Amino acid sequence: MSDILLPFLAAILGGALRVGVPFLFVSLGECLTEKSGRINLGLEGVLVLSAMAAFGGSFLTGSPWMGVVVAAATGAALALLHGLLCSLPRVNDVATGIALMLLGTGLAFYLGKPLIQPQAAQLPPLDVLHMMGARSSSALFQSALQVNPLLPVGLLLAVAMYWAFGRTRWGLLVRLAGDSASATKALGYSVNGIRIAATAAGGAIAGLGGASLTLFYPGSWNEGISSGQGLIAVALVIFARWSPLRCVGAALLFGGAGAIGPALQSIGISSGYNLFSAVPYVLTLVILVISCRPGKVAEGSPGELSSAR
Amino acid sequence: MGRPGAGPRFAEVTMHKNVVDALLPIGALIGALLLFGLFVWLGGVSPVETWALLFKGAFGDWFSWQNTLTRAAPLMLTALCVALPARAGLVIIGGEGALVLGGLAAAAVPYLMPLPGNIVGTFIVCVAGFAIGGAWIALAGALRQYRGVNETISSLLLAYTAIAIFKQLVEGPMRDPATLNKPSTRALAETIQIGGIFGSDVHWGFVIGVVACLALGVWLALTARGFSVRVVGGNPRTAQLVGLPASGLILLACALGGGCAGLAGAIEVAAVHTNANASLIAGYGYAGILVSFIARHSPVAIIPVAILFGGFGAAGSLLQRRLGLPDASVQVLQGIAFVLILASEALRGVDWKAAGERFRRSMQPKEVPLNSTVKPT
Repeated sequence: MSDILLPFLAAILGGALRVGVPFLFVSLGECLTEKSGRINLGLEGVLVLSAMAAFGGSFLTGSPWMGVVVAAATGAALALLHGLLCSLPRVNDVATGIALMLLGTGLAFYLGKPLIQPQAAQLPPLDVLHMMGARSSSALFQSALQVNPLLPVGLLLAVAMYWAFGRTRWGLLVRLAGDSASATKALGYSVNGIRIAATAAGGAIAGLGGASLTLFYPGSWNEGISSGQGLIAVALVIFARWSPLRCVGAALLFGGAGAIGPALQSIGISSGYNLFSAVPYVLTLVILVISCRPGKVAEGSPGELSSAR
Repeated sequence: MGRPGAGPRFAEVTMHKNVVDALLPIGALIGALLLFGLFVWLGGVSPVETWALLFKGAFGDWFSWQNTLTRAAPLMLTALCVALPARAGLVIIGGEGALVLGGLAAAAVPYLMPLPGNIVGTFIVCVAGFAIGGAWIALAGALRQYRGVNETISSLLLAYTAIAIFKQLVEGPMRDPATLNKPSTRALAETIQIGGIFGSDVHWGFVIGVVACLALGVWLALTARGFSVRVVGGNPRTAQLVGLPASGLILLACALGGGCAGLAGAIEVAAVHTNANASLIAGYGYAGILVSFIARHSPVAIIPVAILFGGFGAAGSLLQRRLGLPDASVQVLQGIAFVLILASEALRGVDWKAAGERFRRSMQPKEVPLNSTVKPT
């Protein structure tokens, strides 16, 4: 039994740590955006476009870290467009998000056409076991713990955001704009300005998620790179009740769920592969059904958020 | 739609409003074409040639027209999947899932029961598609009404789930062993396939789409049930006060819309692919979102918009062949158009006369207030 169970668990763990990273960044980006009172469904487009930009940046400069920077800048730019559009009168944030989802993926497929074949420099993996001075007898666990170097960045970011929302002037301003636009105005701040800044910053964070899709194992750019991870991340924020720290747990859980199919395949069970690929979507739905209540605002949700009403 | 009690200017105001309503999307589309031209020009492709090919590939000759109308058929039906729930106040974007399952259901019927080899068989196949598509989108509506789950997110999650189910069944139990490279289901009998209109390449699905748009437009505008749906979507509070059964009406709108998208899938299978395979997942569900938004969720306005975007889709392969543009160029055009259409909403209801007056006044030199306390230095 253990000769099947162990590889399976190792594959799940490795998958959670690998697949969870993009989830983590996009949900943190969405968390920041929603805290300011807007929902950005366009992060799916941001994720795909920045994944392409990261790969292209790394391919052209030869440095994967330049790719990461390009991805963050691209994500910020597309999200900035969302922020600006939503600041116009009578423009709805949900509809704009859908539009940017289409625009982002369209641009990514168009500009990324020449990038499908080539190889780009990849981010070097972090060997967690080696760093902790520990060793595992199992080669499987050893390879599962070769994690994406952006993972610690994401974890630090989650803690930093948690601290910022509670303790800093900027974090409190974002929450103020998200909870009461009129109070923000009364204190003499620009609601739109805060929201545009939060949306753009959220896009930059989601862009890091894109970089972690194409610049780390398996590390290639193709048109099927993301199928709704950006959107699942939006739902994750509801599940995480708008707390950056809970986003970490939610992202790892979903990474693990997404890894079930490949993990089963790795131990020789390949029938039903397509169904297992749907597990994250179904899990998201189930979690939404459990955590939402009709006619009741979700616990912890920003007061100005249209989706939570 | 004008304000009651607006007095003698009522007719004039409504006129003006209707003209602006029609001009804004057209202006946004022209802007999108200009921006798209700029975009391809940055990549070293002549924008004039791109525009010319775009219209040649869409509406240049009878061959292009047939291609355009064939693509417009599913677009009209998937756009209805966005428009009807939108009129009831819901933003549903998972039409792709309903379409895919509708196609799957159409292909599955012959596995389950013998079909009469005539139009009755075709009808049964289409009803199967309609039913499953309607149920799938009604599920998103029910989750929102009874559990408070955001329908935009849930409908898209359901779409991805539907695609997974589709692939599982087509590559597994429903696979025709004769299809080696491209897993497909067994083909529908030729007698129940949907053929071309009077010998052309445009299949009868186009007529079904037009009729569905017109019928649902009339339903929304003229029937009590349709009016109730619009009240629920326009002002839920009023609907509650009047005592309309909001949940039932919302579910009805979702089921009808989802049914249309499912029907689109069934028609694609019965008229274009003859069996269910991965080609069915062609993005018509997502393009339908754009079509519905440009048509401002009006079923009748969907018809010309779907033909226009069916045309752009048809021209895509021409752009690819002649100019070497990537196949995603049409998607870029759609994305730009969508963004501009939404942005143009900001111009709606702007009082141009007052804005012009303000502009003129701001151009004039500022008068110094008489009792100014600011001393010139």
